[in-house]
Amino acid sequence: MAINVEMLKEKARDIRIDIIREVCSAGSGHPGGSLSAADIITYLYFEEMNIDPKDPDKKGRDRFVLSKGHAAPALYAALAERGYFPKETLLTLRQIGSILQGHPDRKKVPGVDMSTGSLGQGVSAAVGMALADQIDGTGARVYSVLGDGELQEGMVWEAAMAAAHYRLSNLTIFVDHNGLQIDGKNEDVMTVAPVAEKFESFGWDVQKIDGHDFEQIAQAVEKAKKVADRPQAIIAETVKGKGVSFMEDQAGWHGKAPDEKQAKQAVEELGGEW
Amino acid sequence: MADKISTRQAYGDALVKLGREKKDIIVMDADLSKSTMTAGFKAEFPDRFFNAGIAESNMMGMAAGLALSGKTVFASTFAMFAAGRAYEIIRNSIAYPKANVKICATHAGITVGEDGASHQCIEDLALMRVIPGMTVIHPADAVSTEKLLRQIAEEEGPAYVRLGRLSIPVLYDENTPIELGRGNCVRDGGDATVIACGLMVNEALMAAEKLEKEGISLRVIDMHTIKPLDEEIIVKAASETKAVITAEEHSVIGGLGSAVAEVIVKKCPVKMAMVGVQDRFGQSGKPPLLMEEYNITAKDIVSAVKDTLNSL
Repeated sequence: MAINVEMLKEKARDIRIDIIREVCSAGSGHPGGSLSAADIITYLYFEEMNIDPKDPDKKGRDRFVLSKGHAAPALYAALAERGYFPKETLLTLRQIGSILQGHPDRKKVPGVDMSTGSLGQGVSAAVGMALADQIDGTGARVYSVLGDGELQEGMVWEAAMAAAHYRLSNLTIFVDHNGLQIDGKNEDVMTVAPVAEKFESFGWDVQKIDGHDFEQIAQAVEKAKKVADRPQAIIAETVKGKGVSFMEDQAGWHGKAPDEKQAKQAVEELGGEW
Repeated sequence: MADKISTRQAYGDALVKLGREKKDIIVMDADLSKSTMTAGFKAEFPDRFFNAGIAESNMMGMAAGLALSGKTVFASTFAMFAAGRAYEIIRNSIAYPKANVKICATHAGITVGEDGASHQCIEDLALMRVIPGMTVIHPADAVSTEKLLRQIAEEEGPAYVRLGRLSIPVLYDENTPIELGRGNCVRDGGDATVIACGLMVNEALMAAEKLEKEGISLRVIDMHTIKPLDEEIIVKAASETKAVITAEEHSVIGGLGSAVAEVIVKKCPVKMAMVGVQDRFGQSGKPPLLMEEYNITAKDIVSAVKDTLNSL
């Protein structure tokens, strides 16, 4: 299939710039994991999902659950870019009265299908949504993005077992595998490897890709959609803080906001204007 | 009043009827369907029953996802593993997103009996009622169980239904009006009021019989809905009778007694006493003996009423 890589790159760049602006204006938030998931989220929102910003609750729509809810700035940027709400709203992130909570609230934000933030729970809800679509035969698909540190939550594996048991072939999850979590490297905090083998042994279809390469993301999603009898996990190798030199591969930028000077540098590195 | 039926059995029976009437109802269980009585629904509607296996957290998460995709979900396990183990999932994935999940938790309280403290949840009313927007119900008999289930099935949003293992007397007939959010005055009286829930309503009625013989007139209210709480009936009881005694098969910390006290201290201060489990874990034993050991029998209600009235 032909995808417009240039368009997607441009969207992803805009989303990354928005992430920096959002988190800087909030004075807190999670830039590292938002930047690492930005390309996956861009692909889903600008290429893949059957959704309608004019009718966020449209019946039979595809659904997205950001299980790593702290990457909310990336999701909000994608939703705003798709027209679910005005882009100016992005700068109200984490402020009192804003629809843009620190972690996504489905009751407040048009286009958000599940409130997340407490790790391990979003994927479980995604399993329930996929099951509902299977029961109703809607043909709709459910996507979810998990962090790699999130895989340490036991509930992820309860959900993984259930998704395979019920043969939810309409469920595709991405593991945003940037290797880092708040306290450091995955392997220093709590080893999650081997990730692919774990999902395989739970009965999932598994692919490993470069999570910043749109061709690879596209191919993986197309292949996943053809799997008829099991859920699919796409293990996306990513770089935490991707696109901003001083944030890349730094656990310290997991949950810290750039100051204005840093934000300016970040936006300019990304090719934007401060 | 010869009939004795457990509220879990009434729940199982009601589910089957509801399943016939409403096609969007989905039932989930965590490997306890023969005990929670969801097995009846499973037998008649195998395509709408989903076992989560022994994974209560994921069951609650899946229930949330199903509900947010348009289903009315009844999710069942023992109270300990619903309100206890899966607490945070209920809070963050069901209540916070306002998912239409009815958590129907059986084997609540110490009358679980022989299984002992690990399975005797005496904290669930406290844990559930503190969650914003959560409806909390603890029916006193089989008839009110079905009536209340029908009402929560019609209401959009999360609910916690506390059900028991033990067979208990049927207090109501089909014509008794039971309204969600409205306490039910099951016996009028002028000296003191007992506000009870679950199987303690029957204990309170027995206490009232005994007290009547001693010339004490007891009002008994079945407070089947712990949240939203019927403040009006509490205020009325507190102004028309001299004392309010609560009775619950639950810790005296945080449950019905606390909920009633919150209203009494704010709106109508009156002398109170609380019959319930005193800040201690349960233990193995036969349910009637446990009720005696933990001082939650009609006799204990009689003492509490007399002590309270004597202290005035």
